[in-house]
Amino acid sequence: MKLLSVRGVSKRFGGLQALEDVSFDVPQGAIKALIGPNGAGKTTLFNLISGFLRPDQGSVVFGGTEVLGLAPHQIAARGMARTFQQIRLFPRMTVLENILVGRHLHSRGGFLACMLNLPFTRKEERGIRETGSEILDFLGLSGQADAEAVHLPYGQQRMVELGRALACEPRILLLDEPAAGLNIRETAEMGRLISRIRGRNVTVLLVEHDMSLVMDISDDIVVLSYGQKIAEDKAHAIQKDPEVIRVYLGEGDA
Amino acid sequence: MRGRYLPVAAFAGLIVAIQMATHFTGSGYHLTQLTMSAYYSLLAIGLCLLVGYAGQISLGHAGFFAIGGYITALLTTHDLSSRAGGASRWLAKAGILSFRIDLYGGELLTVHPWVACLVAVLATVGIAYAVGGPVLKLKGHYLAMATLGFGVIIYRIVLGTEFLGAADGISEVPPFAILPGLEVSGKAALRVPNYYLAWGLVIAGMVLLLNLIHSREGRALSSIHGAEDAAEAMGIPTARYKLSAFALSAAFAGLAGVLLTHYNGGIGPSEASVMKSVRYVAIVAIGGMANLWGTLLMSLLLNYLSLRGYFGTYDDAVFGAILILIMLFAPGGLLRRDLLEEVRDVFRGNGEKAS
Repeated sequence: MKLLSVRGVSKRFGGLQALEDVSFDVPQGAIKALIGPNGAGKTTLFNLISGFLRPDQGSVVFGGTEVLGLAPHQIAARGMARTFQQIRLFPRMTVLENILVGRHLHSRGGFLACMLNLPFTRKEERGIRETGSEILDFLGLSGQADAEAVHLPYGQQRMVELGRALACEPRILLLDEPAAGLNIRETAEMGRLISRIRGRNVTVLLVEHDMSLVMDISDDIVVLSYGQKIAEDKAHAIQKDPEVIRVYLGEGDA
Repeated sequence: MRGRYLPVAAFAGLIVAIQMATHFTGSGYHLTQLTMSAYYSLLAIGLCLLVGYAGQISLGHAGFFAIGGYITALLTTHDLSSRAGGASRWLAKAGILSFRIDLYGGELLTVHPWVACLVAVLATVGIAYAVGGPVLKLKGHYLAMATLGFGVIIYRIVLGTEFLGAADGISEVPPFAILPGLEVSGKAALRVPNYYLAWGLVIAGMVLLLNLIHSREGRALSSIHGAEDAAEAMGIPTARYKLSAFALSAAFAGLAGVLLTHYNGGIGPSEASVMKSVRYVAIVAIGGMANLWGTLLMSLLLNYLSLRGYFGTYDDAVFGAILILIMLFAPGGLLRRDLLEEVRDVFRGNGEKAS
């Protein structure tokens, strides 16, 4: 069953055709990767899917309904969480608090109820914190719970951002270059973490440059070049695709 | 949970200690300025939520204070007895209008203060929604300029409208009997109960806001401050949250305006002036931005000093200077949450701090 379906999406920025007629599906439970050289339109595609940009043409169907034209928070409420290429942690908040914000969609107390600290909001807050510490355990960051998130080492910041997205309990998780700026050890750690996410019944769509990571963890790969999809196949088949080797893999390996 | 309310108890202790001190030194007249400080503090802590936590600047909050104050002043002083028909008699019976005797022994028929207060606060919130809707789409300097524009408009309206007393403002506003035997008024005999009433309200406001910032709604507001796109990605409708925070802070400002107007027995256009708005933002800034306690303590101190005339003719200049110095040297505010930690670090001799 396909969870996310991108159909004929195009986007132009002035004279630049960022995306042209891109279509692909993400099946339920899969880990799918988007690869392509810099400027291929990967992040633009992410921003279109998650509602931060509007395409000129096309459609994005998520969980059976069209989400194009919805605000990002509305798409998030339908079960899509994302991370950002430039880490966007909440400043002046601890690691735990950052993750607690991810529970927003799974709690309901309003301004007035929270101001009055009603019994139901107290109960809700306990639940939020339980899930929060469970996620910190999952990330192996329990020791840093009370540290200010933006003061952590870069690799751990990436993990907090991932944990914050996981706290949303999304049906699909969009990861924009989760290994960018990480060293080899941290990248391996991130790869293990992403593989374990599948065990939490989360579908993953990721943009990534680190080919070893992509080959390790993804089921399917979509290759973009200059805004067009040039290939889509199983990971091992992509490695042998002559077109892909020419425009992308060849660049570094030639 | 305990930790949240412990400072509240300590602050209540401070308020009692101050009253005791004035009692035993025979300087009870200080309580008048301290009571006025309390009402300004009510505005300041509401503004702290908006500016410090949600990260949305407003240079127009004196406008909301004035809207609350002027509405209650108008409603409770405008005599309706000349138009006494069946409707007003019915309204009087329902307690919405009330008769009272003015200074010269004439009988006045005006809106009851409780009703006026309710109307004033609701109107302030309504105006905040109407203004905030379009204005909060702006960010940073643009938001500052737009709210400043709102403040200027309100100031010119109250200054230029005969109906609102123009430059004189509205006087002879009656006391506001909140409970039987407890009225908001500046009578010397009621100085002590009014002092406790005002600070009691501030403490109640603090409890509400402290609860809010430690809840999911408070975290949602803080998340907007600094990473609005990430907040959206977490499913937080940022536009709605900004508007709610704006309206809530306006409600605090409006209520403060209502109560101080009854306490002073009147209100003038200076309460709506832009320099007042700058003063409130300066207090939040020196209080540490996202720091309700810092804002409250600074508001108590600076408003008291200002009202006692310690700043002389440089009153407004002092607050302008505070704002400039804070922005130059401590844009995160002076009383920051991590200030103690940094001081401790210095004494421990490990100055390096990842940032």
